[in-house]
Amino acid sequence: MENGTIIRTTDLVKIYPMGEQSITALQDVNLTFGRGEFAGLVGPSGSGKTTLLNILGSLDAPTRGSAEVLGLRVEALPHKKAAELRNRHIGFIFQTFNLLPVYTVFENVEFPLLLLGMATAARRKAVMDALEWVHLADRAKSRPNQLSGGQSQRVAIARAVVKKPELVLADEPTANLDAENSHHILHTMENINRELRTTFLFSTHDDKVIGHLRRKITLVDGRVAKDEPGAGR
Amino acid sequence: MIIPKLAIRNMLGAGAKTWLNAAVLSMAYVTIIWAQGLYNGFDAEVSRTMIDAEYGGGQYWVEGYDPYDPFTLQDAHAVPAAPLQIRIDAGKATPILIVQGTIYPGGRILPILLKGIEPGQSLLSIPTGALGTSGADIPALVGSRMAKTGGLAARDTVTVRWRDARGAFDARDLQIVEVMKTIAQSIDEGQVWLPIATLREMAAMPGQATIVVTAKDSAPTAAVPGWSFQSLGVLLKDIMDIVKGKTVGASVLYAILLFLAALAILNTQLLSIWRRRKEIGTMMALGVTRGRVIGLFTFEGALNGVFAAIVGALWGIPLLAYFAVHGLSFGANQGDSFGIAMSDKMYPAYSAALVLGTTVLVFLITTIISYLPARKIGKLNPTDALQGRMT
Repeated sequence: MENGTIIRTTDLVKIYPMGEQSITALQDVNLTFGRGEFAGLVGPSGSGKTTLLNILGSLDAPTRGSAEVLGLRVEALPHKKAAELRNRHIGFIFQTFNLLPVYTVFENVEFPLLLLGMATAARRKAVMDALEWVHLADRAKSRPNQLSGGQSQRVAIARAVVKKPELVLADEPTANLDAENSHHILHTMENINRELRTTFLFSTHDDKVIGHLRRKITLVDGRVAKDEPGAGR
Repeated sequence: MIIPKLAIRNMLGAGAKTWLNAAVLSMAYVTIIWAQGLYNGFDAEVSRTMIDAEYGGGQYWVEGYDPYDPFTLQDAHAVPAAPLQIRIDAGKATPILIVQGTIYPGGRILPILLKGIEPGQSLLSIPTGALGTSGADIPALVGSRMAKTGGLAARDTVTVRWRDARGAFDARDLQIVEVMKTIAQSIDEGQVWLPIATLREMAAMPGQATIVVTAKDSAPTAAVPGWSFQSLGVLLKDIMDIVKGKTVGASVLYAILLFLAALAILNTQLLSIWRRRKEIGTMMALGVTRGRVIGLFTFEGALNGVFAAIVGALWGIPLLAYFAVHGLSFGANQGDSFGIAMSDKMYPAYSAALVLGTTVLVFLITTIISYLPARKIGKLNPTDALQGRMT
């Protein structure tokens, strides 16, 4: 991979078998993403956005073609290596927040650092820093069921960026939020992107998110229909 | 160390659900210890009673004596050999002469064993003192069961018939001087105790005995010609076999309780994996390997065993201690229906091995039962799990 490129897909194909038939979710996708990008996959439901995000996050494997993330070919990664890649280098943000319900806000954000084996003092500082970024340091002891949707998603963002990953994959991060919270969250992610040079890749069909993207890739029926600069700054 | 830490965090985070599971499992855990302790206590008491009342530190049997064959009694008597006599004289052993006889209470015929014993002996817990102080011609001591069977009471006179060493039959009246209460049926049912000197004279067996009971904790003498030593291991074997037979019933209860506990854990685990599949997907997305997720769920399940031990200790120790001190009443003479010496109250005995063994067993079973459903996670596709689907 050349300097600054962290993702490259080559003739990427994903086919899901459905009984005797099959559904092609991605067809010959060729894309490259550089460090520090704030880009989004847009398109209607079923266009392959989440499938592509899952493959880039090493949660799924392509049927054909190649997906190279941070120099590692996802399709060739054994389970353990894929888990290590996610643990060390990739942060995830989900539409439904996916916070661990029995943990406090602090413990949720701390979770990826525990897996990394970080020392207690450093871990505590990193968690509190991440909660400061999302303005939730005062809710460290709260449990997810005591938070609003916007606060929950901010915790999820803190959890995704606490280990300072090279790449954050956000799947419809504002779908369950109102306009004000969506704006707040996008602003937070833009700040982190600028401060930490973290690459953000979104899957969205939310106009509020699209308005913040600096690069917009439109997928239609699993193919890249358009790859253009976005309106974001 | 991350798995135990996360497992403890998850279990404590689950709050009441965790403690409810632990409470249910602790019931099986404490009941197992209680039931096994009861049988241990039963076992210990039966042994202790039989040693105190009949076996002492072991018995010497005259050659040819077989307690299961009354026909051997005709010839099973001899003067104790010198080494035994030395022990008798030193108060370290007591001779017992056994002769077959018949009593005729209220016109009925009851075959019995006449047992001669030193009235002054103190090795066995038989109240033989009354035999030496009554002043009756032939004083006799019977147990409450024998008294009931024969319709006898203290101060009653009953005719006894026996055959002496020369083969001649004779009959005389004996007087019941005391009815003793004992839980050891083997010194009661079908037996009449007389002073050994009287019985020796009646049976024309001067200085003779059938068995010699040694004092508790005394070492057996080297081989005594004409007499064979029966250790406590041999003497208690039949009783222990009966107790063992009774313990099988307890083992079935033990197995049922463990099965129910295992079923509860299995159900909890299956439900937990189903309910937390999205959480499993999230953990995988955050970089937890499948092996670690399986380890986490298995450890969480195993912690049920640990928490059950803690909860069980909280309510079980006072309860078990109460039974150990105050005993558990089965009602009067229930021991007779067991066919062995058993008092009306049973005192459970809990050994460290029992508590530790049960704890380890419960922990092992919960671990294995937790692992089985957790293996399913190994086949779980992270993208399906994230969407709350099971594959």
